[in-house]
Amino acid sequence: MTTTTDQPLLRIRDLHVAFPTDDGLVHAVNGMDLTLARGETVGIVGESGSGKTVTSQALMGLLKETRAQVTGEILLDGTDLNSLSEDRMRAWRGKKIAMIFQDPLSAMHPFHSVGAQIAEAYRVHNKVSRKAATAVAVDMLGRVGIPDPKRRAAAFPHEFSGGMRQRAMIAMALVCEPELLIADEPTTALDVTVQAQILDLLGELQQETGTAVVLVTHDLGVVAEVCHHVAVMYGGQCVERGSVRELFRDPRHPYTQGLLASMPTLGDDGERLRPIPGFPPSLTALPAGCLFADRCPQTHRVPDGRCHSERPAFLTGDAADHPSRCHQETLATAEEAAR
Amino acid sequence: MIAFLTRRLVATVVLLAVISFVTFTLFHFGPADPAAAACGQECTPERIAEARVALGMDKPFLSQYLTYMSGLFHGRTVGAPGAESLCQWPCFGKSFQTNEDVAAVLERALPYTLSVAVGAIVLWTVVGVTFGTLAALRRNKLTDKLIVGAASVGVSLPIPVTGLLLLLVFVSTLDVLPFTTNAITSPFGPAGFDGWFLNYLLPWVALAVLFSAQYIRVTRSSMLETLGEDFMRTARAKGLSKAAMVVRHGARAGLTPVVTMLGLDIGLLLGGAVLTEQIFSVPGVGFTAVRAAQAGDLPLTMAITLLAAFFIIVANVVVDAVYAVIDPRVRAA
Ligand SMILES: Nc1ncnc2c1ncn2[C@@H]1O[C@H](COP(=O)(O)OP(=O)(O)O)[C@@H](O)[C@H]1O
Ligand code: SF4
Ligand SMILES: [Mg+2]
Repeated sequence: MTTTTDQPLLRIRDLHVAFPTDDGLVHAVNGMDLTLARGETVGIVGESGSGKTVTSQALMGLLKETRAQVTGEILLDGTDLNSLSEDRMRAWRGKKIAMIFQDPLSAMHPFHSVGAQIAEAYRVHNKVSRKAATAVAVDMLGRVGIPDPKRRAAAFPHEFSGGMRQRAMIAMALVCEPELLIADEPTTALDVTVQAQILDLLGELQQETGTAVVLVTHDLGVVAEVCHHVAVMYGGQCVERGSVRELFRDPRHPYTQGLLASMPTLGDDGERLRPIPGFPPSLTALPAGCLFADRCPQTHRVPDGRCHSERPAFLTGDAADHPSRCHQETLATAEEAAR
Repeated sequence: MIAFLTRRLVATVVLLAVISFVTFTLFHFGPADPAAAACGQECTPERIAEARVALGMDKPFLSQYLTYMSGLFHGRTVGAPGAESLCQWPCFGKSFQTNEDVAAVLERALPYTLSVAVGAIVLWTVVGVTFGTLAALRRNKLTDKLIVGAASVGVSLPIPVTGLLLLLVFVSTLDVLPFTTNAITSPFGPAGFDGWFLNYLLPWVALAVLFSAQYIRVTRSSMLETLGEDFMRTARAKGLSKAAMVVRHGARAGLTPVVTMLGLDIGLLLGGAVLTEQIFSVPGVGFTAVRAAQAGDLPLTMAITLLAAFFIIVANVVVDAVYAVIDPRVRAA
């Protein structure tokens, strides 16, 4: 396997995830595409239930050996994680690809000291003594800005404040210097000032280590602050992606436009705001047409009721830098071609 | 931690005092008349009156209680004036049936109860935790269904049924195991570990069938809950192997309820496994308690009641202490 510098670190192609349940097959992710270069940050934004967490779980291989049906490609450094066996994936978890979670209190073991949990993460992939690993853990706690790290390493998660816990969680994820860090709503459980501190910390560490980051959030404000690129998710699909500049300046997809128009001021709990009237599609019975059609205010711009009959795809070619999954794009390119 | 234990110990002593007082009161004002019970069959009113004096029942209630309690800390003399005899520490009075010190009767019975308890506890804990964990790990698969099925049968089998079946099959029909003998009370005695083991195997199994089933259920549901916790997902995200995940992260949290249950069951069982001891004719504390109650032997009955309460309370304290060791969040509280 050859790795060239211009090959992206991560490339997700047509990822589908479905969960068999008593109510039928839940189509949580329906053709997700994403590309991420080394050392960069991509934000995945979308309202609650749009499949962000399921996408990150698929990335970590956490859906392996569960009932979830996962298809598509997740290429990390050219290797398809989705076709790796659980055993081989385990060797990558924590080492090449690591994850931090929304609620650090429940994500840490209540009975083990914070230092021990970080040391454990290090020892899984490095043959060192417990003592050496603890030293690494203490050092790591210092690097994520925890004062008096030697003493705090012996403390338990419940003895940390929310912000400090998330710092410790970051230390745990980065201790093996992974190439890719997935952060699933890392600041949602924290209050506003602490949110900003944690985001700053992530930025700093990324500069230092060159780790690429997938930042999952429902908060466009967070994306604007820390990401290079952004992918907007709706109904388990990426409906628009591009550089943060492009996307904020010229949102193409009606859903993105709706999101931006109703962008909450920083610190509001975006999860509770429902920016666009209506509800996301039922994941057990996906509509035949555009997944956004039921809520879209622009269906009249597309002729022949195609919004309801035909699922739009991403365009490749010129539009590939900033594609939007909407029939209006196809029409626009067709018009251009006609001219 | 020290403060925590001190607090619990003080509370325990207070609780023991209260329990002893309540027990004493119940026996004192209960329907049974100790004097009538003590003087046996051919009682005349005069002899009952004598017995009342001999038992100290002519004194006020509170002073009787204090006399009784003082006997628990140092020996005292009991009996009618002129016919006193020494009741050695710890004095629970004399048995109405044999006029022996109650403490001596208990001392004789305890090794039997211990023998029954130790083996049964080990057996059901190992079986319960192993199969409960296995069922949780194989959730909804055939292994799980078989284990859960076996457990539902187990919990619905009363000890007398299991016990009698075991006797019928292994002693009467197959004749592969001896009927329990009272000669063996310890694995270190002349019969050796093997003799002790074989002697108590059937009572252990009789108890373990019921308790294993309960432990399987508790272990399974608690492990299932733990396996679904966020921290288990974190453990997996670290790249831990399945075994390390289950042992270091899952069992540590998932088995805490089992520890609680175990502590309380140990306390309960030390007070005598009444049914099991009856069926296998093991003269342990439970067996003795039934005999004493039938014979109206109030001092012995009351002593066993106190002893059972004592074991249960101590077990509670031990469970709390162990809990504090396992869960750092408890220590702080
Ligand atoms: N294990 C599962 N079984 C069934 N449905 C699931 C499972 N995990 C997630 N889902 C469903 O998939 C959808 C997407 O969930 P999620 O990725 O958590 O959304 P987000 O993180 O964007 O809020 C939700 O409707 C959720 O109910
Ligand atoms: S395809 Fe139609 S429904 Fe879908 S976003 Fe575009 S205009 Fe709206
Ligand atoms: Mg989520």
